[in-house]
Amino acid sequence: MKKRKMFLRMIFASLLRRRSRMIVALLSVAIGATILSGLVSIYYDVPRQMGAQFRNYGANMIFTASGDELELAAVNNAAALIPDEEKVGVAPYRYENVRVRDIPVVAAGTDPEGAKATSPYWSVDGNWFTGAGEMMVGANVAESFRIKTGDMLEVTYTPMTDDSAADADNVSYFTVTGILQTGGSEENYIYMTLDDMSALTYESDRVDLAELSISAGAEELSGYADKINAADDVHASLVKRVTASEATVLTKLQALVLLVTIVVLALTMICVATTMTAVVAERRKEIGLRKAIGASDRSIIREFMGEGMLLGLFGGIVGSVLGFVFAEQVSVNVFGSSLIFRPLLVPITVIASIAVTGISSLMPIKSATEVDPALVLKGE
Amino acid sequence: MSLLELKNVYKIYGDLHALDDVSLKVEKGEWVSIMGPSGSGKSTMMNIIGCMDKPSKGEVLLDGVDISKESKKNLTTIRRDKIGLIFQQFHLVNYLTALENVMLAQYYHSMPDEKEALEALERVGLADRAKHLPSQLSGGEQQRVCVARALINYPEIILADEPTGNLDEANEEIVVDLFHKLHTEGTTLIVVTHDPEVAEVAQRTLVLRSGKLSKEVVNENFTGKIHFDS
Repeated sequence: MKKRKMFLRMIFASLLRRRSRMIVALLSVAIGATILSGLVSIYYDVPRQMGAQFRNYGANMIFTASGDELELAAVNNAAALIPDEEKVGVAPYRYENVRVRDIPVVAAGTDPEGAKATSPYWSVDGNWFTGAGEMMVGANVAESFRIKTGDMLEVTYTPMTDDSAADADNVSYFTVTGILQTGGSEENYIYMTLDDMSALTYESDRVDLAELSISAGAEELSGYADKINAADDVHASLVKRVTASEATVLTKLQALVLLVTIVVLALTMICVATTMTAVVAERRKEIGLRKAIGASDRSIIREFMGEGMLLGLFGGIVGSVLGFVFAEQVSVNVFGSSLIFRPLLVPITVIASIAVTGISSLMPIKSATEVDPALVLKGE
Repeated sequence: MSLLELKNVYKIYGDLHALDDVSLKVEKGEWVSIMGPSGSGKSTMMNIIGCMDKPSKGEVLLDGVDISKESKKNLTTIRRDKIGLIFQQFHLVNYLTALENVMLAQYYHSMPDEKEALEALERVGLADRAKHLPSQLSGGEQQRVCVARALINYPEIILADEPTGNLDEANEEIVVDLFHKLHTEGTTLIVVTHDPEVAEVAQRTLVLRSGKLSKEVVNENFTGKIHFDS
């Protein structure tokens, strides 16, 4: 039989045949590994989860014209530079002065789906406009004109050109589908689709700006903006109050999770060290015997370290599974969405668990080598 | 040259002389008993001969080497290579089977050999108990496993500390018979005991009193067999 085989046979026998004692040690390692794995999962998933939360606060990138005019095609081309999976929504806007009941009002033409995605906090009493002949009215406008959902509105547009012949009014009719409440300036506008806006104003492709909601960190966003600006068709700028506060909250949250992880690691080490000290104290006679029959200090260290590391391995495997379950529960309860399973975390947890167990076993194992066989084996 | 020679050995703890100018010789293949009351220095002498302690003064020559001058590390090597230890409390590793306990001594000495370890258990009549844990064995059986472990590496000396102290008469007889067998095969035996019946089985009995060798009795009618009074 090879020495290595006997070594493994001994440490497995020690763990398996002393189950009741070793289960306590295994539990301390497994709990530590569970919390470690769970917290690291959360640490890496927080940006994604928080990013999704922050998308509720509106657009974080704005496209404007880099030259005289901004065309819808240029907006679409620039938006295509951002990966689809990170793009929450793109809402192009075109604003025009129109008249309702002969009173000037600002009309905004947009893509309702895009606006819904970039401004999820907008509250609509009724329904969003979806197609031709439908309109959504800001709460202030609705109040001034005593407009309610279901009303038919006549909207008049007068082109501002030098050609007086072309200055004839263009009139369109819209059904009000809903009243928009935002608490902001958006309540002063009326909203229609870009196609209706084009039909009303005789212009087809011009927009004033586009709002984008992108699920990415501040650095990635800056990268996308630089890439878009380099193409020179569109000027992309970040909505600093959103991206900066997102970055600040993320940094603080990640720092908090990191701090808790370090504290848990330290507590696990203390726990494992205490357990190993108890294991060594309980086995002083056995250590004395091993030394008496010829075990060197190095052999004793190897055997106890082997046991400790095997505990770390088992604890790490149990911990990486339970850690994912723990992180998933936290994710579902706090962020309301599932966690992404990161397979790399399994070997990392196992290695960390082995390392932590190994390091925390050093002191107790060192004391094991100081056992004097003559003293502990003395007959009664 | 004697296999073991103690020359004017002292072991002093403060004012206490646990061993006080002890000199003795043990020849190869000899069976010697060391007797004495509690506190006479038996255990101290056993620890020094067993390379688990060093004398305060004097020389201890084992196979010509003065072990009183050796480092702790070298003493471990000498103990592993030359001495087989048997204890009153058996001291088996409780989570290893009888066979694995014997193989443990092989593991530290050279290379574990399951077949050889099984043969050693066969010699002490425990081949059928090889897979049992110490808790599943009687005291006598545990002591026989201890004997098998002590002899597995063919040591120069088997050093037994009260080997029958925890055994009933039947098991005491079995263990003494095993010693007789080992002696016949040429093994040197040093048995520390306070039991006169066990001590008298040996070829020679040394009596310790207050750390000094007070008496030496040679067994003229040596048979290697135990005779109980009752």
